[in-house]
Amino acid sequence: MTIDAHAGPLPGPGLVARMFSGRSGPIAVVALAIVALWYAGALYLNAPGQIDAFKRAKTEWGVSDFVKGALAQKRPVLPAPHQVLVEMKETILDQRITSKRSLVFHSWVTLSSTVLGFAIGTALGIFLAVGIVHVGTLEKSLMPWIISSQTIPILAIAPMVVVVLGAIGLKGLVPKAIISTYLCFFPVTIGMVKGLRSPDPLQMDLMQTYSASAWQTFWKLRWPSSMPFLFTSLKVGIAISLVGAIVGELPTGAQAGLGARLLAGSYYGQTIQIWSALLTAAILAGAMVALVGVIERLVVRAMGGQR
Amino acid sequence: MTPIPLPSDPGRDPDSEPEEAAGVAADQNRGGVVQARDLSLTFQTADGPVFALSGVDLEIDQGEFVSFIGPSGCGKTTLLRVIADLEQPTGGTLSVNGVPPHEARLSRDYGYVFQAPALYPWRNIERNVTLPLEIMGISAAERREKAREYLDLVNLGGFEKKFPWQLSGGMQQRASIARALCFDPALLLMDEPFGALDEIVRDHLNEQLLRLWAKTQKTVVFVTHSIPEAVFLSTKIVVMSPRPGRIIDVIPTDFPRDRTLDTRETPAFLEVAHRVREGLRAGHSYDD
Amino acid sequence: MSLAVNPWMAAGAVFALTALFFPLGAGEIPLNWLDFPGLAILVLGFAAACAWLARGWVAGLPLGLLLVGAVALGGAVALYLLYETGVGGEARLGFWLFIFALWATAWRGLDAIAGFRSLNKSAQRGVDLLVPLIFGCWLVFLWEVVTVGFGVPQVLLPSPSMIAVRLAGSLDILAADFYQTFVKAVISGYLIGCGSGFAVSILVDRVPFLKRGLLPLGNFVSALPIVGIAPIMVMWFGFDWQSKAAVVVIMTFFPMLVNTVSGLNAAGALERDLMQSYGARYWQTLLMLRLPAAMPFIFNALKINSTLALIGAIVAEFFGTPIVGMGFRISTEVGRMNVDMVWAEIVMAALAGSAFYGAMALCERAVTFWHPSYRQRR
Repeated sequence: MTIDAHAGPLPGPGLVARMFSGRSGPIAVVALAIVALWYAGALYLNAPGQIDAFKRAKTEWGVSDFVKGALAQKRPVLPAPHQVLVEMKETILDQRITSKRSLVFHSWVTLSSTVLGFAIGTALGIFLAVGIVHVGTLEKSLMPWIISSQTIPILAIAPMVVVVLGAIGLKGLVPKAIISTYLCFFPVTIGMVKGLRSPDPLQMDLMQTYSASAWQTFWKLRWPSSMPFLFTSLKVGIAISLVGAIVGELPTGAQAGLGARLLAGSYYGQTIQIWSALLTAAILAGAMVALVGVIERLVVRAMGGQR
Repeated sequence: MTPIPLPSDPGRDPDSEPEEAAGVAADQNRGGVVQARDLSLTFQTADGPVFALSGVDLEIDQGEFVSFIGPSGCGKTTLLRVIADLEQPTGGTLSVNGVPPHEARLSRDYGYVFQAPALYPWRNIERNVTLPLEIMGISAAERREKAREYLDLVNLGGFEKKFPWQLSGGMQQRASIARALCFDPALLLMDEPFGALDEIVRDHLNEQLLRLWAKTQKTVVFVTHSIPEAVFLSTKIVVMSPRPGRIIDVIPTDFPRDRTLDTRETPAFLEVAHRVREGLRAGHSYDD
Repeated sequence: MSLAVNPWMAAGAVFALTALFFPLGAGEIPLNWLDFPGLAILVLGFAAACAWLARGWVAGLPLGLLLVGAVALGGAVALYLLYETGVGGEARLGFWLFIFALWATAWRGLDAIAGFRSLNKSAQRGVDLLVPLIFGCWLVFLWEVVTVGFGVPQVLLPSPSMIAVRLAGSLDILAADFYQTFVKAVISGYLIGCGSGFAVSILVDRVPFLKRGLLPLGNFVSALPIVGIAPIMVMWFGFDWQSKAAVVVIMTFFPMLVNTVSGLNAAGALERDLMQSYGARYWQTLLMLRLPAAMPFIFNALKINSTLALIGAIVAEFFGTPIVGMGFRISTEVGRMNVDMVWAEIVMAALAGSAFYGAMALCERAVTFWHPSYRQRR
């Protein structure tokens, strides 16, 4: 419960004060500070190149010329935020969405394999968790491997999976989705094992007094109580699925997808393109996590929860 | 719900407080360990103000054992926290050991025992007990000596190297009492210290606490919601009532100090207990 | 358990017995079990033993170990058939049924071992370690048998033995890659990233306003595909390890920040009041109460970061490196279709990652021994 919910009969603090005692105020200020820092960084990092350019052109320059120039370079070391936004507008709004120059097209390519991988990974993760919770030997033998496989840099295999599957004719969506699946099933398995175990002994004993079957106990107790854990894992899983899809696009020779945009940008030194792809990826990630959050709220409300 | 104390109450003016307190201390040099005049505390909540304390007048003398008793929400814990300077009053005056509570806290005039042991799980019993000494900058050798002394006092000798979670609840609470005593404060503030323990352990610890009190001559302020516990331990019982939190009766108990559990069956004991119960009933309507 | 027949052992017996009636391999010379009378008798004995053990739920560690030993022997037979007789690449139903029989037996053995309960803690811990170990060995064996038995092309999936040979044969290259990627980039980036994340969180903690603003943003950033920053870092810091370390710094910074900040709030209200009642100063409360209470959170970040750091460094190398490094090797050898070398790098990355994580986990256990999740072990 936050303090800004107060509305007593006594004169409360002013609107500004209330905003700043909550969270939106501080977040806005910190975000503004980041943008300001970004501009400062862009000026600083682009300065040497800009001064060089002035020298080569043998022009006289003042502060305003310098600022204007440094924030409008074609290939800046660090593009200014507005340059990135303009690039995003041009590639998102001003292109046909089927065009190879459209970021919507590239986002769609990445997003589709993300979602496919996420769906398979979630199903696999839940399946494994159910097995682990119900079969003791499986837990003892498999669980340590699941945990230790988390310590392996899976992403390093990504290019190999894509190339190898490409060699046997599997191209496009599926190899990337496999990487996303691999990355996504971990958090789901771990979270669901915890979640399916979360009913306390009293609640389990209660089910036993009704001599409920394992099936009934699962659907009436374990599954509902695992929901908060599931959604926490899903948020991690969807974010990491996106990372997997992007990295999976790196070795395909930069054909399509946000990862391909990153790689192409780095080949040709198109920093503005890299940043706009990055920002788009960030927005996608945020949107998908938020979407999972909304679904979580709906599900929890449907189950009569409080959170 | 996060309570916020009213910012603009005259009683809380930080500049005026020390002078008043100094004046009080001058004419009450003997006796008054805790002196409260018209003390009040109002929390602001989403549902409007909550009057946790209102018009509390209280005097606690040197060497007394005073219990605050009342139903939950009557402000007994809040009053103790105000005395300990863990909560700021919004009106009235208060002095602890002749100085404002803030100064009393900084000069470590009191030891506080909470409802739960609040021992740090990463420290063994000895280092838990000597935590306040460490904060005060006492040397390691002296700390060890004090730990032994006070752990013996609460019958925990030999458990120095154990960790809190390896001890029973009663033992943990005894360790927390040793922690409150080890820097030898004149005043011991105890907030339902035995509330979480079962009755058998509780009776035992009550007896131990009485013996400890006789041995150390501390002034004890004790919060409880158990009538027998209050009557058994106290020299003075403060009966409180909620909405607003206020004192409705102060009952002296004048039976001898060397009490045993059998004392609880004497007519004198039952008479006091009856008076406490009457007081509680008068101050509390059970409709809400 | 009221079941009279153990299904695993029964399956083992049935599989082993039927295996004898089907062809082993279909190479130039078709092979049958009867071509190896000694082995056939062995398998027959195996089936008989399975059938005998299927009569009930005999439990116990000795039985489990015995079964695992039998599976090991059977595994040796399978490998002999694969490598020495021409079954490799042309394995047929008779062979695979035998593998299934071994599988069922191995599972039954694991069941028996996993059911082991002892009051002797070290014995229990040893057995608990044995179960996943046997399971892992079985998986590797299965991988070997499937790749060799079906003759899976090396490009698609090399067998473990090939990877091992390659690993042993190119230790010098692997060592150089390890030094470049792990020692230079990962360790330095990890130290700087975790260190600065910790320092910033201590600062942020003193300013509640910043804390409320930075924490949600930090959480948000943790969900972002930060590896994408790699090409920019390569542009800024050059091809060598510094750019990889920079990626690692950025990847490890936010988890550390978010975890430490929430860890510093983990101390309970009573514990804080206690410190206040002693008139403890800010630093005393920080050192004696809030940092110890935050340790489980900090170690959580350290463990997460140990994995993230390796991923960050390797992926960053895909965007440009000098001609050494684990990521560089993986991307170039993939291009040349030297998949066994790629796997050798992955095995090394896995070992390094697990060792790194394991070291952090051990430190965690030593520092937060008091935490409920470790208490039972004392």
